[in-house]
Amino acid sequence: MYDVIVIGGGHAGTEAAGAAARRGAVTALVTFDARTVGAMSCNPAIGGLGKGHIVREVDAFDGIMARAADSAAIHYRMLNRSKGAAVHGPRVQADRRRYAAAIRHRLATTERLSIVEGDVDALLIESGSLAGVILADGSELRARSVVLATGTFLGAKLFRGDERYEGGRIGERPAKPLAAQLRALGLPIDRLKTGTPPRLDGRTIDWAQLAEQPSDGESWTMSALGRRQLPAVSCAIARTVGQTHDAIRAGLDRSPLFSGAIGAAGPRYCPSIEDKIVRFGDRDGHQIFLEPEGLDDHLVYPNGLSTSLPTDVQQAMVASIAGLERAVIVVPGYAVEYDYLDPRSLDARLALTVLPGVFCAGQINGTTGYEEAAGQGLVAGLNAAAHALDKDGVILDRASSYIGVMIDDLTLQGVTEPYRMLTARAEFRLSLRADNAETRLGPMAAAAACLGRERLAHQNQRVTELGAIRHALDQTATAAALASKGIAVAQDGARRTAFEWLRLPHVALDDLIEADPDWPEPLVAEVTEDARYAPYLERQADEIARMRRDEAISLPETLQFDQIAGLSREMLDRLSQARPPTLAAAARIRGVTPAALSAIYLHVQRKAA
Amino acid sequence: MTTIVAVSSGRPPAAIAVIRISGPDAMAAAEALTGGLPAPRAARVRLLRDDRDMPLDRALVLAFPGPRSATGEDLVELHCHGGRAVVAAVEQALLARPGVRRAEAGEFTRRALMNGRIDLAEAQGLGDLLAAETERQRIAAMGAAEGRISRAVQHWLATLANLAAQVEATLDFADEDDVADHGLDPVKTAMVALADEMARVLAAPPVERLRDGVRVVLAGSPNSGKSTLINMLSDREVAIVTPIAGTTRDRIDAPITRDGIPFVLTDTAGLTETDDVVEQIGVDRAQQAIAAADILLWLDEAPPPRDALWVFPRADARPAPSPDAGRIAVSRTDPGSIERLWDAIVRRAAVLLPREEELAFDRRQRDACATARQALLAPGDDPLLIGEDVRVAMRALGTILGIDATEAMLDSLFGQFCIGK
Repeated sequence: MYDVIVIGGGHAGTEAAGAAARRGAVTALVTFDARTVGAMSCNPAIGGLGKGHIVREVDAFDGIMARAADSAAIHYRMLNRSKGAAVHGPRVQADRRRYAAAIRHRLATTERLSIVEGDVDALLIESGSLAGVILADGSELRARSVVLATGTFLGAKLFRGDERYEGGRIGERPAKPLAAQLRALGLPIDRLKTGTPPRLDGRTIDWAQLAEQPSDGESWTMSALGRRQLPAVSCAIARTVGQTHDAIRAGLDRSPLFSGAIGAAGPRYCPSIEDKIVRFGDRDGHQIFLEPEGLDDHLVYPNGLSTSLPTDVQQAMVASIAGLERAVIVVPGYAVEYDYLDPRSLDARLALTVLPGVFCAGQINGTTGYEEAAGQGLVAGLNAAAHALDKDGVILDRASSYIGVMIDDLTLQGVTEPYRMLTARAEFRLSLRADNAETRLGPMAAAAACLGRERLAHQNQRVTELGAIRHALDQTATAAALASKGIAVAQDGARRTAFEWLRLPHVALDDLIEADPDWPEPLVAEVTEDARYAPYLERQADEIARMRRDEAISLPETLQFDQIAGLSREMLDRLSQARPPTLAAAARIRGVTPAALSAIYLHVQRKAA
Repeated sequence: MTTIVAVSSGRPPAAIAVIRISGPDAMAAAEALTGGLPAPRAARVRLLRDDRDMPLDRALVLAFPGPRSATGEDLVELHCHGGRAVVAAVEQALLARPGVRRAEAGEFTRRALMNGRIDLAEAQGLGDLLAAETERQRIAAMGAAEGRISRAVQHWLATLANLAAQVEATLDFADEDDVADHGLDPVKTAMVALADEMARVLAAPPVERLRDGVRVVLAGSPNSGKSTLINMLSDREVAIVTPIAGTTRDRIDAPITRDGIPFVLTDTAGLTETDDVVEQIGVDRAQQAIAAADILLWLDEAPPPRDALWVFPRADARPAPSPDAGRIAVSRTDPGSIERLWDAIVRRAAVLLPREEELAFDRRQRDACATARQALLAPGDDPLLIGEDVRVAMRALGTILGIDATEAMLDSLFGQFCIGK
């Protein structure tokens, strides 16, 4: 008997299993093959814009991804370095084998967590309640909570030209009976697609012809507890040319994307190369980033070449690119079409509303990306443990985190294409920075009791140091005093605190106070950034307060939206599918107008009276 | 969903009455009366008969199958002769059909809104149009109903979505080669231009004055002749007039239309120092009315407390004031003096009302527009803050139409740039 069973050993499943176990649940991670746990199925990178934020947020809960990334990182880049810290995007290339090994090591050393090899055929449901899972050999594993983190494996089908395979990754079988059971339960299930590029043999690439992109020489890490430990390697940039595009156009009649074989929507921000050529035919070339898959691995991932064209077309297109003329394709690219569950059938804990105890995380919820999966895995795992152990749920809202934004978007809006995090999705972007994830979420993580001893000590020290820096900035200075140091400020005679002076972009912390050399540089940077954007953060704080006020107006579970006059059919559909728990949530649903909100509010008030 | 029926052309008797039937049984109900409907959207004359085959009227019949109709549902129009008896008989024959009932006020509009035929701004405009009583109200409401506000806001939103896409492209896709970093100066210039355009719209008078009437408040010391004057201006007995000071203890409102402009005349309690609790409340309310007035008619001997038309009442009973005082003399015995006062009021009102060609925003729309303008007014250099400003503006305008700003921006982003590795 387990408290929590997690199905799937990808980024969502491993993070869910780790989080559940850290919260005290006796947890089993069930996977087809224990050797594939922690695999990166697509690009060998962790982080990026918006995604890096999520990795740091998972890290604040003592999660797995950031530390595994640091122990496998072979190339570091801070995207948007020249812009405000709110849109800095930490991103690393990870050695594929070392990354998976780090994940498996962390899981193996987590108390209460075991990995079970097995093929889950069905959820075990006894008199309408969840009781565990049934494996393909007929054996039962009993548990109070189950997390579905099946990735692309539910009803998965691979496409490459005219070739068709069943499976969630090349060479691996799909989860068919489970998919059938979920459909039979009447859950809203639809199809999405994604794709992956061919893998090249790095020894056959002419690197000298290509522009080198070196790793940065800085010292930041993905995890607050991580360190840089492996040698850095460079990436390279190649470029498609007219000949590449001609080869692609000539093969379009055999493309499953354009022949109608794949009807499901793919991600707009991660289109296949054939999509790019069709949609943006006027562009004369597209960048291809050549990313090494490991220190002792010859495989190279050509980022930007995702395709499901037939193998011979892939060969022609690769050969047309300068530097890749003689490159050998080791595994051709392919597309995957898979089942996903309309995430509007989940609540903010990622729990299935119709079957208590079942949680879903990752691509099954219509998202794409390792980081998005990990963020959901964390929340599903923490709450699956809470459900099993009768503890408090952990709910992240839009004002607290990117994970909160993502879950709110998913559970209220649903998806029309694989959902990827973008900083533009976070309306409180200025306060949700990658560098302050621990400040934002540390207290919540500590309250959920999911932190190890090392992390807890780190967080406590961090809070103390931040307090000291912030306190030091309460010292005041006059405009004249600043001028005497040669800093140009308006001589209005005003006396302001150092924190207030820091709003001016040309005023530095060192101009104002004597910095303690023991203060960690990242914390000084964090406080400085808070000061810079303080006026905006204050305005957003008002917006957040308003949102949280409306969150207090709850909509009863029994509310029948079709009884409210004046709602359009479209609004009615969206409200009924998402079942917003509060008026604020209803307000965020796309297409719900202020007039409709008034109608909902009045209806609820009348019923309550 | 039931089928609804109503006369939609104004109250009979009239030359013609248009009876509308909308809903799933509209075609069947109309067919029962006409014996056979014309082709969609073609006008044909049909003899209407009731269920005992008795002729009711000869009418022009138009059928609009949904969703291509004003309500988005199956819709039939019967253009009958507009006599009361005819209209009542046709309505009765329709209402006798199963599933057909009389429409509630505004129900056709609501169905159009529900079926996505019109958006919220258009629906509000239609509501005003149906209630419009004056020519100017009708023109302003027509503007909104035909989507003028929606179009203007949609145009702004589209512009902003495009700007936001450019900002977000540099923030979220800085590493994509299709996103060239041209700098954001063109974006900033466009933001300021948009703010200026919004300022022009905001400077136009609000539509509420058209809908609710221009507020004309009569005020002054007790027994200064306010109630007499309001009765003369409205040409009826709206206020009790006695020689006793303090007869009017509370505000009295009298709606009236003059030169196509709606007015609400308000009589107030005389302004005085008093120990009487009730009278004091009246005085407080008078003060509030004075502050909120669009036009103040000041009847006191002391100079007016704010911009006002300073009236010289009872001109027949006392020597005229010096013309320098700028007071308008009125007298019960001189109807011409009331006409002159009205002319002065109408002249003032004309500048308080939206011109016929101007966009007429209501309070909620103006607030949203003002928030948007404020955000766009003075962009800084930080792309993050430019993004924030554009976001605030889009969210504000989005509330006018109930549109999601982020999604609009993403559509624009992915339409413009080839993004994704």
